Amino acid sequence: MRISIVDYGAGNLPSVERALNKLGAETQLATEAGHISSAKAIVLPGVGHFSAFVNGLRERNLVAPLRAAFDAGVPILGICLGLQAMFEASEEAPGEPGLGFLRGDVRALPTNVKSPHIGWNQLRRVQNGTLLRGVADDAYFYFAHSFAAPAETAPTAAACDHGMAFAAVIEQRNLLAVQFHPEKSGEAGAQVLRNFVEAVQ
Amino acid sequence: MTLARRIIPCLDVDAGRVVKGVEFEGLRDMGDPAELAARYNREGADELVFLDISATHQGRETFLETIRRVARELNIPLTAGGGIRSMEQGRAVLRAGADKVTVNTAAIKRPELISELAQQFGAQAVVLSIDVKRNGAGWEAYTRGGRDATGIDAEKWAREAVSRGAGEILLTSIDRDGTCTGFDCELTSTIAAAVSVPVIASGGASTFDDFRDVFEKGRADAALAASIFHQETRSIAALKQYLKERHIPVRLSK
Repeated sequence: MRISIVDYGAGNLPSVERALNKLGAETQLATEAGHISSAKAIVLPGVGHFSAFVNGLRERNLVAPLRAAFDAGVPILGICLGLQAMFEASEEAPGEPGLGFLRGDVRALPTNVKSPHIGWNQLRRVQNGTLLRGVADDAYFYFAHSFAAPAETAPTAAACDHGMAFAAVIEQRNLLAVQFHPEKSGEAGAQVLRNFVEAVQ
Repeated sequence: MTLARRIIPCLDVDAGRVVKGVEFEGLRDMGDPAELAARYNREGADELVFLDISATHQGRETFLETIRRVARELNIPLTAGGGIRSMEQGRAVLRAGADKVTVNTAAIKRPELISELAQQFGAQAVVLSIDVKRNGAGWEAYTRGGRDATGIDAEKWAREAVSRGAGEILLTSIDRDGTCTGFDCELTSTIAAAVSVPVIASGGASTFDDFRDVFEKGRADAALAASIFHQETRSIAALKQYLKERHIPVRLSK
């Protein structure tokens, strides 16, 4: 079965695509509404600025089909900014609505720590879920972000601490998301993607 | 749960090959970029930096092809740069598969380049590289691979770059580069205290203790080295084990 990778006009999509292909998953880049409405599983990767991301989705008329897929129970995996865009808003772009699949908003990391939070960090499991199956408790994942969803307001499956506790892994029915980059997180990251691929097959 | 200190091999690339500058002799061939990248990826490098040191237009095209080949081998982040002067050149490097772009000389000449790259690709994708020489009581930024003095104070420049959107500082001590006398911990801790973004220390690495010092005394977030890793005299896995035993948080790959 094919996994649709949402192409909003920026970001390093080839590395996500390659990581999924290496696991044996077939992928296609979703650049128009039709690619999303026919999708059986969706990956929403993102880097850069919140408003550029949601505007990119809007300009390509991808917001309504994403909403429809979400409502229909199609599995969606958000990565980095793709996680943040699932919320209602972000402090990075006040007044700019997010996709609103999740309640709450995304905040700037506190000023008492280095920001962006760049590098390899560990997770704290909050509840058992799909994405971290078979991943060692002390595994490291690669993060690169300045904004994050506070852990307590999100359906957090695993949290990470950097000045504040934030959602590193989110799981809520068909909605899955990670703040780190699984495609850049070595073997641990590959296992997370493998869990997604197996869950949607 | 702690953010790990990063170990980053750096590869200088000329005409599609990894090279190392040798005093009086010119460049020595160190191997195929994709092969070296795959080895570092396997050995537990946390990230790779690729710098284009070719001076010709044809060399630049080859560099992009090298980035494409290297990116296919990696499941860790890749930073690339060397002679990047415009947003379009930055975009080309990122499109070829790099996660971050590093800028140096062109950003000193036109600091807006940092803002343009950060607005377009995000601060996490922009690494400002600063080459620094000790100058009396302070530190001075140099351009063109350490050849030209700028009269610019390195600390002030680092602060300005961060305010313009640089997400990391790659800090090279020209005084230490190639000397094998250890990182400049005083320079590193000064810049690390001055900016809110991670600092990658570079220049002078030789022993495992040099890395320990730059993390403990230099307060570096990451440490970069080139030739000591290429020649397999020091393995990344052994270095990380050494640091872990000394309670410096590092990622050990299994």
